[in-house]
Amino acid sequence: MPPLNEQTLSAARDGLAKGDFNAVELTQAHIAAVEAARPLNAFVTETPERALAMAVESDKRRSAGQAGMLEGIPLAIKDLFCTEGVLTTAGSHILDGFQPPYESTVTANLWNQGAVMLGKANMDEFAMGSSNMTSFYGAVENPWRRSGDNRPLVPGGSSGGSAAVVAARGALAATGTDTGGSIRQPASFCGIVGLKPTYGRCSRWGTVAFASSLDQPGPLTRTVRDAALMLRAMAGHDAKDSTSVDRPVPDYEAALTGDIRGLKVGIPKEYRVDGMAAEIDTLWQQGIDWLRQAGAEPVEISLPHTRYALPTYYIVAPAEASSNLARYDGVRFGLRVPGNTLDEMYEATRGEGFGAEVQRRVLIGTYVLSAGYYDAYYNKARQVRTLIANDFSKAFENVDVVLTPTTPSAAFAVGEKMDDPIAMYLNDVFTVPASLAGLPAISVPAGLSGDGLPLGLHLIGRAFDEETVLKAAGVLEEAAQFTAEPGFIAGRG
Amino acid sequence: MALIEGKTGQWEMVIGLEVHAQVTSESKLFSGASATFGGEPNANVSMVDAAMPGMLPVLNRRSVEQAVKTGLGLNAKINLTSVFERKNYFYADLPSGYQISQHLHPIVGEGTVVLDMADGTTREVGIERLHLEQDAGKSLHDQHPSKTYIDLNRSGITLMEIVSKPDLRTAEEVGVYLAKLRSIMRYLGTCDGNMEEGSMRCDVNLSVRKPGDPLGTRTETKNVNSIRFVKLAIEHEVHRQIAVIEEGGRIVQETRLFDSVKGTTRAMRSKEEAHDYRYFPDPDLLPLVLDQAWVDEVRQALPELPDAKKRRFVEKLGLSPYDAGVLVNDKETAAFYEAVIAGDKRDAKLVANWVTGDFFGALNRSGVALSEAPVDADKLGGLLDLVSDGTISGRIAKDVFEEMWENGKTAADIVEAKGLRQISDTGALEAMVDKVIAENPGQVEQIKAGNEKLLGWFVGQIMKATQGKANPGMVNQLLRKKLS
Amino acid sequence: MSVDRTTVAKIAKLARIRVPEENLDGLAGELNNILGWIEQLSELDTDGVEPMTSVVAMIPPQREDTVTDGGRPEDVVRNAPESVGGYFVVPKVIE
Repeated sequence: MPPLNEQTLSAARDGLAKGDFNAVELTQAHIAAVEAARPLNAFVTETPERALAMAVESDKRRSAGQAGMLEGIPLAIKDLFCTEGVLTTAGSHILDGFQPPYESTVTANLWNQGAVMLGKANMDEFAMGSSNMTSFYGAVENPWRRSGDNRPLVPGGSSGGSAAVVAARGALAATGTDTGGSIRQPASFCGIVGLKPTYGRCSRWGTVAFASSLDQPGPLTRTVRDAALMLRAMAGHDAKDSTSVDRPVPDYEAALTGDIRGLKVGIPKEYRVDGMAAEIDTLWQQGIDWLRQAGAEPVEISLPHTRYALPTYYIVAPAEASSNLARYDGVRFGLRVPGNTLDEMYEATRGEGFGAEVQRRVLIGTYVLSAGYYDAYYNKARQVRTLIANDFSKAFENVDVVLTPTTPSAAFAVGEKMDDPIAMYLNDVFTVPASLAGLPAISVPAGLSGDGLPLGLHLIGRAFDEETVLKAAGVLEEAAQFTAEPGFIAGRG
Repeated sequence: MALIEGKTGQWEMVIGLEVHAQVTSESKLFSGASATFGGEPNANVSMVDAAMPGMLPVLNRRSVEQAVKTGLGLNAKINLTSVFERKNYFYADLPSGYQISQHLHPIVGEGTVVLDMADGTTREVGIERLHLEQDAGKSLHDQHPSKTYIDLNRSGITLMEIVSKPDLRTAEEVGVYLAKLRSIMRYLGTCDGNMEEGSMRCDVNLSVRKPGDPLGTRTETKNVNSIRFVKLAIEHEVHRQIAVIEEGGRIVQETRLFDSVKGTTRAMRSKEEAHDYRYFPDPDLLPLVLDQAWVDEVRQALPELPDAKKRRFVEKLGLSPYDAGVLVNDKETAAFYEAVIAGDKRDAKLVANWVTGDFFGALNRSGVALSEAPVDADKLGGLLDLVSDGTISGRIAKDVFEEMWENGKTAADIVEAKGLRQISDTGALEAMVDKVIAENPGQVEQIKAGNEKLLGWFVGQIMKATQGKANPGMVNQLLRKKLS
Repeated sequence: MSVDRTTVAKIAKLARIRVPEENLDGLAGELNNILGWIEQLSELDTDGVEPMTSVVAMIPPQREDTVTDGGRPEDVVRNAPESVGGYFVVPKVIE
């Protein structure tokens, strides 16, 4: 048996059920792994005592015959989810000391199913970033290194801590949130599975808002099966979120039949973007072949407005963020930098409390909503968003799922791309369209780059058809046999 | 049209009102916290109202229904699709940094309110729109020399903003308009209309112009919290504006505050630095879509409103428009009046005279609320029954009423105990008449000589002898017969 | 459309973010880059296209009008940098 922290979530679930080990043992192994993984800086807050207490309760429930779906499973929680009585920072200085007097719906769902919290995972400040370098709590290191190159790499972002710690075997799974690729891109960079559910599938209540019309919680895991298990526990209707959809949560694990015969897979020609690395293209082709070999039918499709997705996203998301972040004003929680007047206090607090990227986006968002520019920018972007969503609707009349690469490149080094925001934004070129259309999408590790870094393939499905997405992802996973491991694994010498 | 005399000639004022009416509901517009007035600081506050990170709004069904009811009461168009938008600005009592409001697509569109003026004429005032929005919290500036204290109990309570067209021309019209709005909302049960507690607040948009000129630049005077203050604020502001223009100045479009102590308005000190509210649809809320069938149901269930009631009182009950207007103004008064007439049981005009006369008089003198009046509808009806069937005279009835007000007894008990029953026995009255005639031969002579006025003197003598209990009609008749 | 340092200062004021004088030009440059890049949307004809208000097609929920929350003032002010007697406290506001 591999060390407890190196098991998959589903294997650990089965081991717990069989009594091979108990939740306390599994949790202790993970607390040690979290400690061992500290060089990655993947956590803002570790909660070992709480984890142990939760594990003790978990074992009691199991012996009482009341085991939940994730009974005894230790998880990392992105620090965007409010956790009652536990520091919640959103990776920002401005939330200094904030201990929410409430628990987010998604984490509450997980605890109701018996899961155990290891701590709060580091992330880009307010989920704005693709590198985890915008965190007030410092960069997170990717556990992977390029072959023959010891420079630290970014884990991607914004769910960088979540991705790094799952890849490094510091947690069986983690929660993330995805606004334009914040689950899928770091999953791809770290060689794990990342699933963004359909908008409305998981409640946003209690999750610090970045861009409300795009934000969606989802899991980061080491296998597709684990993602299915996590999603089932996280998802569900929530009357406290007006955009949460009231429809039953299927047994996603049951969808993993491996049978995709006759499945029509759309290959969008517009995703062959300029400057895409040849190895990405090759991997994509490989993915198409794998699916064809399993009985699916690849079909070339057109998503004509793809190239407008990123600029649309960089209007819509900052606009919403500029308003969502107005509440961080030094009055009711978090940081306050004194000022003689109320406005001086606001300006000092927000000037010091927000990092450079957050400030940049709040300013852009403020500008595109301001009088005289609303129609040219914000309303225009909303119209283009309709066109992008329509592209997908049309495509899904003929195909069941869409296959693309997750990112245009593998993980980059810490410090790279920092001087050019647009170069950084281009990371999300393949993930943003599905976000704008609210569709479910998954990144599955599928191969290695020339310098030994993981690369992901990306599947997009119809709204609320996570089952097909997971099923096809399972086939890719099986075909890819991605067994490569990062250089850094918690607890190994 | 009421014009104001200035140094350079006559001026006309143009007024539009924005009324913020607190919707009657148990909980807030987007949270489950209590919408009750007062309470310990921050006690009626949910994490949503305090704009804690990750909190989301969920719309209150009742708030929507109340807005639709009010819209129907204002004869307004109900928009089946409306959109909640964020109005972005920073202020200490606005925790989220935006107010959720309806900007481009309000729930209620154009409507009309009919004003009943004191001179008996009516005037129509256009309603521009009614939309739903959140109230802000409360800033207390007087608790500390250098600090402001913030209480969010009011934060998130449902407001209806009712915007009139610039159709008002005098302070009097404004007063009547506000009273009418309040009356309609009280009938509907959508707002208690209590201006002192702040459940109805008013912003006055006012400009002046020479008659026939295009509209002048307007100022907005904020949060004036009684009808009397609104009138004072208008009087002050209109004269200020005329003086500024006549002295060669210009009116600046600005927000002003009314000082109720000085009776003046002043520009707000917080700089009007280019407010740019950056409205955009709230992504946490989907567009609100109403079902026409549901709106029709709400319409069917509306109570009779003051205008319809007034029309019925005039047309079916034969009341004067003035009396009808007075009676319908207040929902409770109208209900009281209708309880006294009890369908067609009692004489509508007699009851109207009594309710608007002696009853209101006693109410005003004693300062008690209608619901606490010692004489309720049943008792007043009982008294009037005794008048109608001739048991007591109208004159005696007034005394009985005073006593009923004092001790709460029924009219019948008082009449019985004090023997106030009217004397209508022809034999008894004839004997009295004969006696008075016999004792006053001089006066009899004068009457016979043609001094008809003395007839009243004889009636008075008999009323005096009977302590007012003689049936005055019969006494009159007998006297005429005997003296002619 | 391009922004200069005055515009940046104005937006920063609207957003209540203190931007040191010496950063204004740099920020103006960055914002112009981003704005120039998102400008490409203008080449797209969107006449008659309905702006997206919500990506989920559903009937918006309405809750019953009952009191289900509040009554925990100590939790409301627990995280406040400054509070007195249950109130939040801020520098004096002059109206």
